[in-house]
Amino acid sequence: MTTYIIRRLLQLIPVLIGVSILVFSLMHLTPGNPALILAGEHAPPETIRAIEKRLGLDQPLHIQYFDFLKNAVQLEFGTSMRDRLPVIDHIKPRIGTTIALAIYSTIFSIFFGLIIGIISAVRKYSFSDISLMIIALFGLSMPNFWLGIILIQFFSLKLGWFPPSGWGELSQIVMPVITLGTAGAAIIARMTRSSMLEVISQDYIRTARAKGVSERIVIYRHALKNALIPVVTIVGLQFGGLLAGTVLTESVFAINGMGKLVVDSITARDFPIVQACVLIIAVIFVFVNLIVDITYRVLNKRIELD
Amino acid sequence: MQSESILKVKDLKTSFFDEGNEIKAVDGVTFDVPQGKTLGIVGESGSGKSISALSILQLIDEPGKIIGGEVIFKGKNLLENSDKEMRKIRGNQISMIFQEPMTSLNPTQTVGQQIREAYKTHQGIGKKEGNKKAIEMLKTVGIPSPERRIDQYPFELSGGMRQRVMIAMALACKPELLIADEPTTALDVTIQAQIIELIKELQKDLGMSVIMITHDLGVIAETCDYVAVMYGGKVVEYRDVITLFKDPKHPYTVGLLNSLPRHDIEQEELIPIKGTVPSPDEMPAGCRFASRCPFATEHCFVNLPELIDIEENGQIRCWIYTDEWDGDQEVKVYEPERTS
Repeated sequence: MTTYIIRRLLQLIPVLIGVSILVFSLMHLTPGNPALILAGEHAPPETIRAIEKRLGLDQPLHIQYFDFLKNAVQLEFGTSMRDRLPVIDHIKPRIGTTIALAIYSTIFSIFFGLIIGIISAVRKYSFSDISLMIIALFGLSMPNFWLGIILIQFFSLKLGWFPPSGWGELSQIVMPVITLGTAGAAIIARMTRSSMLEVISQDYIRTARAKGVSERIVIYRHALKNALIPVVTIVGLQFGGLLAGTVLTESVFAINGMGKLVVDSITARDFPIVQACVLIIAVIFVFVNLIVDITYRVLNKRIELD
Repeated sequence: MQSESILKVKDLKTSFFDEGNEIKAVDGVTFDVPQGKTLGIVGESGSGKSISALSILQLIDEPGKIIGGEVIFKGKNLLENSDKEMRKIRGNQISMIFQEPMTSLNPTQTVGQQIREAYKTHQGIGKKEGNKKAIEMLKTVGIPSPERRIDQYPFELSGGMRQRVMIAMALACKPELLIADEPTTALDVTIQAQIIELIKELQKDLGMSVIMITHDLGVIAETCDYVAVMYGGKVVEYRDVITLFKDPKHPYTVGLLNSLPRHDIEQEELIPIKGTVPSPDEMPAGCRFASRCPFATEHCFVNLPELIDIEENGQIRCWIYTDEWDGDQEVKVYEPERTS
């Protein structure tokens, strides 16, 4: 296992380099000269050249890239174009909120997804199975920003149960987590159901029953672990969508997280912040996938020993 | 004199229901398993032998259902048992091993975990003691270096090894009856012989009764005391093994023996049974075998023969052996169309 993790960490190096090149190009592929934007449309050429020099934009591309890389490793992403504060000062207070939102939503998705999937599989074709699967289909089909707006409309404005915006109190966390986690829960539920149904018809489940163990043990000890193997893959793939979802969810609920920072910075053409956020989100995604792969191997011993 | 029966199956019926259609997989099966003996159940695929066995332990999955009959184990009808009572019997008093050792073990659990579970379920034995017993059991079924094997996963073992693990698991709680559902079909020929030998040995040591389900008459000859020949969801002949091979009565049994190479008689060629097993909706209303039977008369196609006693511990389901038989009186079922 340890060698596997080390090998996977080494494999991450080219991935991360690729990510950094993409993020770096982002800046240079976007139309418009950042120096020009900074200086204003009517600035004299000398000012623009001075800004270019300050930002290193007059250097050849590869030098600029290596500078960017060197700075990024030290979490030095330059300064915001709007307020000249270091980019990292914008990100630091917000990154925790976004990570918390993503983690709570993932936990929500996994918890409800598994429960619904197992109930549906165990009682297949029953009334509860059919209704749960219809609910899951709804959850899957609703865009999360729309769900967020509906929740605010109903639970905040009509019933007044939860505050419509902000982050920190438990009451403020509930609705954003539901908004962001519902689609994932629905996918996990459907995946768990079909995976469980497939596993339940396997020979080794019959063997377990022939051994005289209770149905509860058959489901949770024999079937679930095998059924989870494909589900884990889905959870990993979902996480990318979840990070993208934070952007929308934070905007809907006016949460001061990284997602909202990205949106605001894009509108303000504050490229250094956008660049830094995209890079950080990409790195988080890469590491989450590593965790998923490790979990997968813990569940599926066969891969580990091959 | 036949010894006491440990299991009596009477008129067992199991059907599968598919969109209102009933497929009678097991259609009134009756047989006895004498105490300490081995009953062979032989028949082609789809004859209902595996479903009969699964019905004994009530392991039939949806959309299958046991719809009638009795399964009397040590004087008690198992079909009247609750789920909980059945669980106490499964893996404890009656165990089962299956055809496919490759897929019958849980791929995410070690061999040890899976054997230990039997002890835990029925005897409440914990991990440490369970492990000791599991190692003991693996040794019994002839697995070398069991201390190492116990922590391995099924995919690390060969097919023969896996079937030994299955046997160890099934016999962990020293059951009184072992149901072996084609235990050697998926294995290499050399391994087959070893597994059969192993089951025979363990049967002697534990004094248990065995139901050996197979389509292989060779296995029957080697292991069984009594044989039930199944066709179309019914038992067509039930005899003790020596009588069956010496003097087969049912045309289907004769057909099976004729299609088998033998050393004890001179054969110029093997005679296959004509045709194939009809699908359930094409089954003749009368004798199930009528459409393939060389002796069948009109009477056979329309009327279903009963399973009648023809000798002590011998029964047959065929019109030829009844007073109503109106076909060729000269028919000698036991020596048909032999070319030598």
